[in-house]
Amino acid sequence: MSLLDKHGIIERNATLLLVASLLVVSVGGIVEIAPLFYLENTIEKVDGMRPYSPLELAGRDIYIREGCYTCHSQMIRPFRDEVERYGHYSLAAESMYDHSFQWGSKRTGPDLARVGSRYSNEWHVQHLTEPRSVVPESVMPSYSFLANAPLRIENVTASLKASRMVGVPYSDEMIENAEADILAQANPDADTSGVEARYPKLVLGDFDGSPAALTEMDALISYLQMLGTLVDFSTYDEASGYR
Amino acid sequence: MTWIKAGLAGLCKLGAALRKGCGLPWGRVATFAQRSVRYPWGNTTMKYAFETIAVGIGAFVALLGAAFAKDDLFEAHMWILFFVLLCATVLLLRRIQFSPVEGPSADAESGYFDEVVRYGTIATVFWGVVGFLVGVVVALQLAFPDLNIEPWFNFGRMRPLHTSAVVFAFGGNALIMTSFYVVQRTSRARLFGGDLAWFVFWGYQLFIVMAATGYLLGITQSREYAEPEWYVDLWLTAVWVAYLIVFLGTLLKRKEPHIYVANWFYLAFIVTIAMLHIVNNLAMPVSFLGSKSYSLFSGVQDALTQWWYGHNAVGFFLTAGFLGMMYYFIPKQAGRPVYSYRLSIIHFWSLIFLYIWAGPHHLHYTALPDWAQTLGMVFSIMLWMPSWGGMINGLMTLSGAWDKIRTDPIIRMMVIAVAFYGMSTFEGPMMSIKAVNSLSHYTDWTIGHVHSGALGWVGMITFGAIYYLTPKLWGRERLYSLRLVNWHFWLATLGIVVYAAVMWVAGIQQGLMWREYNDQGFLVYSFAESVAAMKPYYILRALGGLMYLTGGIIMAWNVTMTILGHQRNEAAIPGSLPALQPAE
Repeated sequence: MSLLDKHGIIERNATLLLVASLLVVSVGGIVEIAPLFYLENTIEKVDGMRPYSPLELAGRDIYIREGCYTCHSQMIRPFRDEVERYGHYSLAAESMYDHSFQWGSKRTGPDLARVGSRYSNEWHVQHLTEPRSVVPESVMPSYSFLANAPLRIENVTASLKASRMVGVPYSDEMIENAEADILAQANPDADTSGVEARYPKLVLGDFDGSPAALTEMDALISYLQMLGTLVDFSTYDEASGYR
Repeated sequence: MTWIKAGLAGLCKLGAALRKGCGLPWGRVATFAQRSVRYPWGNTTMKYAFETIAVGIGAFVALLGAAFAKDDLFEAHMWILFFVLLCATVLLLRRIQFSPVEGPSADAESGYFDEVVRYGTIATVFWGVVGFLVGVVVALQLAFPDLNIEPWFNFGRMRPLHTSAVVFAFGGNALIMTSFYVVQRTSRARLFGGDLAWFVFWGYQLFIVMAATGYLLGITQSREYAEPEWYVDLWLTAVWVAYLIVFLGTLLKRKEPHIYVANWFYLAFIVTIAMLHIVNNLAMPVSFLGSKSYSLFSGVQDALTQWWYGHNAVGFFLTAGFLGMMYYFIPKQAGRPVYSYRLSIIHFWSLIFLYIWAGPHHLHYTALPDWAQTLGMVFSIMLWMPSWGGMINGLMTLSGAWDKIRTDPIIRMMVIAVAFYGMSTFEGPMMSIKAVNSLSHYTDWTIGHVHSGALGWVGMITFGAIYYLTPKLWGRERLYSLRLVNWHFWLATLGIVVYAAVMWVAGIQQGLMWREYNDQGFLVYSFAESVAAMKPYYILRALGGLMYLTGGIIMAWNVTMTILGHQRNEAAIPGSLPALQPAE
């Protein structure tokens, strides 16, 4: 036990104890996290992923603000029951533009990774306003205030720019047109050719049932309606995704 | 210089006026922080002059932040900061003394710096009760959703309030307070850095207030247990560095040759939390006058970084730090030395090395690569050993004093804490096995597991430390009432048992319902049916939490009465006094 007897050296030197502890606790994180940044097969090669449209990004910010992640996961595990209940299991590629990730840790409510286009806009408005009117067993709080909260759009360009700085591939064109795009997506009368070209598979329309106003309800539903719809699974090679 | 002088004179006048205006005995309160600044232009001493000016400038900066805010939430948050700092400035001004220079106070440089520990004790009790109360409220919200009051008091905003209140406000204050007490006693040295300890204490309270109000406003990064946004994170970083300086500085000037084992754990906790906090909160603000930021990492890398942080918030904040408490307060209360010195060396190094690896078990079967999941599982299972080594070291410290469990409710509290530690550090590795996790993940089983650790281990060891410290810190002969400690013990213990048992059943039932197939190969239950099935469990869980909260309120009463110097006239705990023998 001579090694343990030498421990007295560390016990008599606070700086040494500090440095040794820091070194010991650094190892695990370096070995586990660092390779995820350079191992190429960490994120699958898929077709269809694109950055969030400005309206979807605003909706995502609201999703985060309201703490939806405390009850809803966005990560379908590769089990028979989950795939049957929610759809194809989630890929790493599907959250590669998510700063922060929204995988969640608890399912008080169902997984939302593929909730996009499952329900109508009207259903979402009704459900967010009065959850138990459409799902009697639900314990979800009401979010009726979203329909009355005008969406603030003055920071949308800055949001896209900040996202680009952390690695989301927003083009100059996307950033220049951010304010126009956020208005066009939820306005049925607008010319949407530009925003549709920039964001393929975009869900258009008046989401909250009141075309006159752009509300936080519009933004949140536009986000929910695109969740899990982007990746083209007809071209996805399952074997290549194994790692 | 003249305008500074004029400004100071103005401040002094204002302070004097405010002091006159209030009849409260501030002089008595103002014995803390023996700081004197002597100014060249006068024969007067201004106590807290620097602090007052700094806080006043902070309030002004907050006002500017509110005025030029880029979004509504940041503006609201800066208004809150402004009012908090304004109140602090006024309070400080009322404490300024303008008397001629006095000699340094007698205990200024002799003895221990315990006033900050006293404040810390009160803060721990206060935030504990607040955190438990919010816990009961969110538990009831899940059972009765009409209790959600949109937008500020919806579950999604209240849940981070609950977790942060208990982890950071209650647990954090307990750690700071006890570490300041323990490091002075075991080093035989006064806290290093003088008033820096006050900065740590008040700076940390400001962090709590900003985090809590931010959650209710909707300011969050959505990273569990790291929800505060970038500017609050920066503030916490400053406070934490000051904490490290005070703690390490005290160790460096110790008069004992050896650093006591409790301090190893405290030091590892402080330095690891610093590392985790900084890396996990790397983010790009949308605007430097706005509340929103985007994490530097995304998707799978972000998930593992967050759970590397999240699991070690448990491993270092809620385990290593509290093990430091175990290694000091259990030997003290039991009057016995630590069971094994060698075991504590092995315990310490293996625990801090292994814990860091365990994060990926929060991401089993997700899009995280399999190799990382497997690595996380293997290390989580290995972690069982040092955890139980620590438990054995704590429990066996009582060898030769086991009778105290019967007679001393404070020891009983500490022992049940270590027992719950052993229970949850067995349950944790078991749940990290992938096959088990496939059932337990996303269910209330996880919630039950966390609470058997948090309520059982963290809560109980803290209560034991508070009951040990309160009479000593305020110079009381004994606690107001040991019988109330007994009540607290049983309410808390039964509350945890109810909570954990109910959540096991709830979680396993949830997991089984989700994967239940019928003969034809169809899923049997809709998700909504699994939600409906939870209602009785959620009500019972709230009941368990209510019992725990009641225990906390009894503690607050007991501690308050002890501080005020009362002693309850009560019969002794049976067996605590030697039985009288009849004369022969």
